[in-house]
Amino acid sequence: MTTATEALRGEVTIRDLSKTFNINGRALNVLKGVNLDIRGGECLAIVGASGSGKTTLLRVLAGLEDADEGRVLIDGEPVHGVGTERAVIFQEPRLLPWRTVIENVAFPLELRGLSRDEGLKRARRYVQLVGLTDFVEAYPSQLSGGMAQRVGIARALAIQPEILLLDEPLGALDAMTKLTMQEELSRIWREEKVTMIIVTHDLEEAIYLADRVLVLPKDKSGQLREISVDLPRPRNRSEEGFVRLREQLLAEFGLH
Amino acid sequence: MALDIEQSFPLKASSLQTGSPRAATLKASPSQAGGQHAGQAGPAFSTVGRLVRGGVQGAFVRYGSIIALAILWQVAATAGWINPAVIPPLDRIFEALTNGFISGPLWRDLAISLQRSGIAFAAAVAIGIPLGLFMGEIRLVERALDPILQLLRQTSALALYPVFILLLGLGETSKVFVIFWATLFPILLATIGGVKQADPKLIEMARVYGARRRHIFRSVVLPGALPQIFVGLRLSATTALLLLIAAEMIGANSGLGFQVMNAQYNFQIPLMFGAILLLAALGLVANLILETLQKRLCRWAPAKA
Repeated sequence: MTTATEALRGEVTIRDLSKTFNINGRALNVLKGVNLDIRGGECLAIVGASGSGKTTLLRVLAGLEDADEGRVLIDGEPVHGVGTERAVIFQEPRLLPWRTVIENVAFPLELRGLSRDEGLKRARRYVQLVGLTDFVEAYPSQLSGGMAQRVGIARALAIQPEILLLDEPLGALDAMTKLTMQEELSRIWREEKVTMIIVTHDLEEAIYLADRVLVLPKDKSGQLREISVDLPRPRNRSEEGFVRLREQLLAEFGLH
Repeated sequence: MALDIEQSFPLKASSLQTGSPRAATLKASPSQAGGQHAGQAGPAFSTVGRLVRGGVQGAFVRYGSIIALAILWQVAATAGWINPAVIPPLDRIFEALTNGFISGPLWRDLAISLQRSGIAFAAAVAIGIPLGLFMGEIRLVERALDPILQLLRQTSALALYPVFILLLGLGETSKVFVIFWATLFPILLATIGGVKQADPKLIEMARVYGARRRHIFRSVVLPGALPQIFVGLRLSATTALLLLIAAEMIGANSGLGFQVMNAQYNFQIPLMFGAILLLAALGLVANLILETLQKRLCRWAPAKA
């Protein structure tokens, strides 16, 4: 239906989205009347204190939770449940321990009915993209945390999604690995030209990766705040503009 | 200590005129001697010496105790520290075993015992695993059947043996059935447990990528349950032998369990011990087969004991 030159696939529209959880008989408003437009190919970071509903928002987008009210449209089409145009990267790599790296990456391709050979061939390309060519036959138990997460990223990319949903993808990694992986994610986003929506509690990570940082307020009646990140890529974490944005973002949380 | 044994051992062995004890001494002494040599050579050829010594040490740590026990048994029985009429020396036991196989009934006993436990175990696997997978996957079924399962599991299979005899007669069927009954539960419960323990995060991951229930079961639940199922299989194999012996002791006129009892009645004590050792060997072999299979199928997981 669309041509290759059209780089605007993966557009997300969120209208009046509300979600209430029932905890011990008490209704808890997690999301209330959220409106949001995400351009195709954009990288949006969502930050917020714990309890602000950022993970819930991502799970609704992934189709893992249903919203109580409101709609989510992808490229103008309303979405229900999980879909092949979206891939999720979780905080844990969630690899199948009995499959090798390459077999893990090929897993969603099998579900999509690709033949084993085709699947492995495509999987190999994405294993290469995340720099794990030497580990194709390794089992997850033999990988470090960062390597395992790379496999998770390769698996998500292998289905060639329009939208990549990342739920604190680097939250469990050590500080050094985290920085390397941020560069890696930034590079992958530029190469793959996908819409990327990343939930994080790391403000620096948000500024490093995103075109736009969305701040979810803890008070549900409050306004969604957003900060555009107008810095050239690859970004420099100690550059003046970067530092200023970080201060601005910290101020959103009443921190200095 | 080692020298003492080596001096007294061949003396007794030659007076008894059998091959097996000499084989035992030959087996035992090189590792002892090798250990000494390697120990002396160590400082001179540091790397090679260390490797050899490491290997010998490893083997010694692993099998030293069993070799020592065998030697102690042999010496204690031949030297008359214990009554050899009650606990005969190992060479007489091996002699009785050899004779039992060559001219006696042991082949037949071994075959019938293998047949009984084999059929029962196979039936328990064929029913226990599919039923366990089904019960583990469909929570409602599991919840509904669990009380019955707990009751049946807690009822000793041996206590039910008379009931099985009444229902199925004194022949093969009741024996096979009592073994089947006892082996079914470890497999069934381990399989149910394995399925229920499936990682919900992996299931969610599969769901995100569009896996339907059938796929999730085949690609996530089943492989994840496999190590647990093997725990059940190995437990069941042990139980199968236990029940085999009990059933054969109670109401059989053939089989290794019968042979243990029968040899004792007839005061063929070496044959009795021979049959006991054979049963032990059977258990070890069964466990080894399952362990190998487990390593094959669960290469990704550390093997559990």
